[in-house]
Amino acid sequence: MESIGVLMTCPPNFPYLVEELEKRFTLYKLQNAPDKTHFINSHKNSIRAVVGNAGFGADAELIDQLPKLEIVSSFSVGLDKVDLPKCKEKRIRVTNTPDVLTNDVADLAIGLMLAVLRRLCESDRYVRSGKWKKGDYKLTTKFTGKSVGIIGLGRIGMAIATRAEAFSCPISYYARTEKPDVKYRYYPSVIELAANCQILVVACALTEETHHIVNREVMNALGPKGVLINIGRGPHVDEPELVSALLEGRLGGAGLDVFEDEPNVPEPLFGLENVVLLPHVGSGTVETRKAMADLVVGNLEAHFFKKPLLTPVV
Amino acid sequence: MASTNPQESVRDHSPLPKVLVPNKPRSFYTIGEEPFTSTKFQYLKAYESPLPLDQFLATHAHSVKAILSSASAPVTADLLQLLPTVRLVVTTSAGLNQIDLPECRRRGIAVANVANVYSADVADLAVGLLIDVLRKISASNRYVKQGNWPTRGDYPLGSKLGGKRVGIVGLGNIGYEVTKRLEAFGCCISYNSRKKKPYVSYPFYENVCELAANCDALIICCGLTDQTHHLINKEVLSALGKKGVIVNIGRGPIIDEKEMVRCLMEGEIAGAGLDVFENEPDVAKDFFALDNVVLSPHCAVFTPESMKDLSELVVGNLVAFFSNKPLLSEYVDE
Repeated sequence: MESIGVLMTCPPNFPYLVEELEKRFTLYKLQNAPDKTHFINSHKNSIRAVVGNAGFGADAELIDQLPKLEIVSSFSVGLDKVDLPKCKEKRIRVTNTPDVLTNDVADLAIGLMLAVLRRLCESDRYVRSGKWKKGDYKLTTKFTGKSVGIIGLGRIGMAIATRAEAFSCPISYYARTEKPDVKYRYYPSVIELAANCQILVVACALTEETHHIVNREVMNALGPKGVLINIGRGPHVDEPELVSALLEGRLGGAGLDVFEDEPNVPEPLFGLENVVLLPHVGSGTVETRKAMADLVVGNLEAHFFKKPLLTPVV
Repeated sequence: MASTNPQESVRDHSPLPKVLVPNKPRSFYTIGEEPFTSTKFQYLKAYESPLPLDQFLATHAHSVKAILSSASAPVTADLLQLLPTVRLVVTTSAGLNQIDLPECRRRGIAVANVANVYSADVADLAVGLLIDVLRKISASNRYVKQGNWPTRGDYPLGSKLGGKRVGIVGLGNIGYEVTKRLEAFGCCISYNSRKKKPYVSYPFYENVCELAANCDALIICCGLTDQTHHLINKEVLSALGKKGVIVNIGRGPIIDEKEMVRCLMEGEIAGAGLDVFENEPDVAKDFFALDNVVLSPHCAVFTPESMKDLSELVVGNLVAFFSNKPLLSEYVDE
């Protein structure tokens, strides 16, 4: 299969994925090319697949530049960076990496809740700075029993709910439609959900409808004692509004793994002790990244061997 | 004194029974003294007197029946010797290591502990520390806040919590709350405790070294006693291994701290999450250079919710005692 060209649109930072692809295909690394347009042009006739990730996918422009493109295999579960309608139109297959990362992302969501409410990062900083010798750290907020509102009750949302339940947290949710066999309380709007929970977590897919689903009104409804957790996509949250809500105390705290313009994070958030900022590590464990890479490679192999795709979306 | 004159009865100020407070508990500092007060007793605050403790006790405490103990107010055999009328010790701390329990038993003095008021908060912190260490939350938050993400790229990968074998050292109230939570994350639980617990089906290891050899993470949830001092020693840490992680929400001296620091620095264990240390608040500087350690300033119980529950329990126990009713949370050694 060495003659099959695969274009990697994301930075080639994960050695295992790069190696496994290079064993089977001719891998073109777009991020390493000094002149990307020229690079694509030179290899467009051999490129039959694209591998992207949460940050870099395949937009309409790229798809149009690759006449031999048959499949886009994303190293992520989110497909907001892939032009799905365009792929459908051109009969290009699209796969992602669901399930293998569900638990890690849910674990991180709970980790962020604990880190914000119990000030784990700030109290670690307190000890490292030597301040503990001068006095005790202040009171933090109990997590057990706090009400958790989940935006999007898909695989990840459900996994977050079952974990939070172990801490006796009452669970409520917002989704496009109410789920019939779910025991959690449903709210028909995000703003009502926010008004009725203490911790609001974004766990839905990013689409045109969910862009800025957490806006100023939602943050005000969540309130000065409310905490926002985002393990979805940066654009789910109106980021400038988030910054002012936190600076003005209209929102009680935030735990964020994603941002509108990664890797750039608004600097006014750096000094806030009620905010935890992570560099998009939701699926960032050795075990899960390997499983994701195996799915990406597995999907590509299935396609080129004319077998059923493992995790197709289109 | 009995009186037939009603007016006299109203003005009859029978002294309230006294509760000796040798030193101000941290909880009095954090939420104030008011939630701990009652119309049924008064506090005799030794720490507000300029007199040294033994003089203070000789002058004021000759008929005191109860002591309010805390981490900063230990109840030793020497103290009890000066207070022959004491029948009850109530503590605000989760640990009982500052109370001479055999001496209390010998003198027939009851001890009231904190029961379950802290268990959820401490368990939450234990789980938080474990997730933080495995997923590098504090370390990568530092990385982002120092502006390193755009310049230095992605942060190194962490380790998955799901499927990890977690060993609980000490399956009491707190240990049990930890297991309830970790099960939801898909961890495989096993434990070591003084006795096997009939109400759980987790694998029991009689020997903490064997537990460590069969686990990816150890969570220390036991109390500090003569038997548990340096329970986690070189042998146990070695058995835990290079990929092993340890979380301590018990007491610092349960772990041989010097040995743990050496193991961390030399990569013989993978990381640690610690709320307690051998010499608080003096934390070994060697910790500060380590990115795979999460440090917490002994604050597992300090939330307003736990403090409120504590104050109600302390008052409840003292009121029950002075009304000759059963204590709400009497400590009975199993």
